[in-house]
Amino acid sequence: MSQQQYEKYYVPAQSPWPIVGAVALFLIAVGAGNFVIESSKGEDGYGGLILLAGLITLFTMLIGWFRDQIHESMNGIHSKQLGRSYRQGMSWFIFSEVMFFAAFFGALFYARVISTQWLGGASNNAMTNEVLWPGFEAIWPLVTTPDGTTTEAMGWYGLPLINTVVLLLSSVTCHFAHVGLETGNRKKLTSLLGVTILLGIFFLILQAEEYIHAYREMGLTLQSGVYGNTFFMLTGFHGLHVTLGTILLIVMFFRVLKGHFNAENQFAFMAASWYWHFVDVVWVMLFFFVYVL
Amino acid sequence: MSSAAEQVHHDEHHDHHAPSGIKRWLYTTNHKDIGTLYLWFAFIMFLTGGAMAMVIRAELFEPGLQIVEPNFFNQMTTVHGLIMVFGAVMPAFTGLANWMVPMMIGAPDMALPRMNNWSFWILPFAFLILLSSLFLEGGGPNFGWTFYAPLSTTYSNDSTALFVFSVHIMGASSIMGAINVIVTIFNMRAPGMTFMKMPLFVWTWLITAFLLIAVMPVLAGAVTMVLTDKFFGTSFFNAAGGGDPVMFQHIFWFFGHPEVYIMILPAFGIISQIVPTFARKPLFGYASMVYATASIALLSFIVWAHHMFTTGMPLFAEMFFMIATMLISVPTGVKVFNWVATMWRGSLTFEVPMMFALAFIVLFTIGGFSGLMLAITPVDFQYHDTYFVVAHFHYVLVTGAIFSIMAAAYYWLPKWTGKMYDVTLAKWHFWCSLISVNLLFFPMHFVGLAGMPRRIPDYSLQFADFNKWISIGGFAFGLSQLIFLALLIKACKKQGEPVSARVWEGAEGLEWEVPSPAPYHTFETPPVVK
Repeated sequence: MSQQQYEKYYVPAQSPWPIVGAVALFLIAVGAGNFVIESSKGEDGYGGLILLAGLITLFTMLIGWFRDQIHESMNGIHSKQLGRSYRQGMSWFIFSEVMFFAAFFGALFYARVISTQWLGGASNNAMTNEVLWPGFEAIWPLVTTPDGTTTEAMGWYGLPLINTVVLLLSSVTCHFAHVGLETGNRKKLTSLLGVTILLGIFFLILQAEEYIHAYREMGLTLQSGVYGNTFFMLTGFHGLHVTLGTILLIVMFFRVLKGHFNAENQFAFMAASWYWHFVDVVWVMLFFFVYVL
Repeated sequence: MSSAAEQVHHDEHHDHHAPSGIKRWLYTTNHKDIGTLYLWFAFIMFLTGGAMAMVIRAELFEPGLQIVEPNFFNQMTTVHGLIMVFGAVMPAFTGLANWMVPMMIGAPDMALPRMNNWSFWILPFAFLILLSSLFLEGGGPNFGWTFYAPLSTTYSNDSTALFVFSVHIMGASSIMGAINVIVTIFNMRAPGMTFMKMPLFVWTWLITAFLLIAVMPVLAGAVTMVLTDKFFGTSFFNAAGGGDPVMFQHIFWFFGHPEVYIMILPAFGIISQIVPTFARKPLFGYASMVYATASIALLSFIVWAHHMFTTGMPLFAEMFFMIATMLISVPTGVKVFNWVATMWRGSLTFEVPMMFALAFIVLFTIGGFSGLMLAITPVDFQYHDTYFVVAHFHYVLVTGAIFSIMAAAYYWLPKWTGKMYDVTLAKWHFWCSLISVNLLFFPMHFVGLAGMPRRIPDYSLQFADFNKWISIGGFAFGLSQLIFLALLIKACKKQGEPVSARVWEGAEGLEWEVPSPAPYHTFETPPVVK
């Protein structure tokens, strides 16, 4: 085997961005921690400001890091091997995100199948119900908690169903935008990518409306027992991911307009679309386990 | 690739051949520099967490409360655990992976070198937050490293918020580090380096990285729920709102049990490198070692509730988790058998790495056996939360994980520095550590079986004699590590005899083909593995 068969390895030069990123995460962690402590006591403090400084630093880091990255990519410095590393890295990152959601889905299933049932006297817990939480009935959605907090359950018909359709449709448009890129059909690419972004934003608006409805009219809040907890944590983290995904797609949109991608060189676009499909799959799971069932 | 790009490429290579000063360490994208940073960071954390253990042992030297307040004692046990797990053992293994994985598979560097730098530099900041929370009003985290609800929610102090966010960022660091290792192994192997030719250290790290990516996000979920329960009025872990404190334990140990294997699988890899070298025989049962590692990793996902036998689970769950746990002893037994079989009729010599490896095999097996005892549900009802548990996990983590890290350091240090370290000091370090560590942890079995509870600053009079000896062992073990510190400082100053590329007569593998010290970029084009 001759060496010509293999490209020379690519090792990037030193970069200031990772340490900036570490400082950013430090500021975010310290800021968020202090902000939470201060707001729980109703005190004034610097937590919020430190958090903001951290977010700005993180944003600066991302811009700088990606700028270097795009510059290198456009100059053809990256090897094919690096492209594979990026693809694999992104797949594993998405796997880690799946596991993050798995923790909250696990909490949902446990609360629904085990903890509320046991509090209601199932298995060998008759006395738990009798002595500690008399009168508590285990029904899901848990509209009355053991300590008597009441709320309404969120139905699946209406907004959630529309949102499901919106997000599924956006996954389809995202896929065909990618097909447009692969086949060199720029018009298809830009228009469908634009539609995907609009659908993403539309989803977020509807989600915000649902939250307002839940808080104002249904009394369903983050504090209303384990049903509200799992509902808001799951849909909330999902919404955060949709927001991130939409930002990614917007960045991709401008890069497409600048002509950064072609059938060979398109990792960033592909990563953003993978992320979008992942967010979509999580929503389908959410729709079934949080809303419908 | 155009020739202009070739030129840029070449320049960039040239650029960072001899970086110097502080920027070398802050901006580095070099796996060896980052590995060194990880290892020094881990060692500093090891001494910091060790100092906290000294506080614990000083308080427990005699019955009664004499040196520290109970609340401070709780903070010491908590932060000692957190630092040793997340600050010492895991970063040390990541540091070893950084140094050795690219060299062992014939790669120039890690697959994602800039992210590599990011994942390291998050760690000092994360631990700065954790340690500084000790100085807050009301003190730092005091609920044990397992931060069980409601200790970490209803009854914890303000510092919990800082604890949560520091765990978040150290988790991000671990995930990025693991993604880097896994991608490096999948994508950067030299031609001919097929999966079943990979050195076992690489194999064990591949599986460890998978475990890390699978469970660190679950830990992030657990701390997030603790944060919202404490500060935002949710009731995941509160029965009044329909939740359950036991649910915390389920989520935590779903992370926590694979975490245990994250801390021991790379150790298995290290021992599987060292034993064949000094037995001058190939590893016995290479394929079975790989399959055993994979089985341990898979089983680690279905045994978590053996930490929770006394929480009142249904009988079926208790049985299931007992049997699944005992199953793990089969692949682990395969490993110990293979190490012993590798030594069988080998031309054994006892250099320092081999001494640590042998101590590992014997003492880790003791820890494994006590683990088997703990796995038996009815017996665990007696042992739960006693010093027997403390003895068990310190045997597997200190004489297991930490000893393997020391073995690795003594094995590869000459390759890193190009000079042989001070062998006399190393032997002193070994014997002092070996004797003191057993004085420290072995009697814990007895006091534990007799019912002495863990995490309590005081104890009944009948445990006094044993505890005195345990504390003496603890101080001696702590002091022994200063010998290691002295040795490492000497080694970093590049004192000592130059060594050959192979360093050890029986060493096999790509890392021994390159000069000692290994060049800054090990392979610029892939070596071919036959």
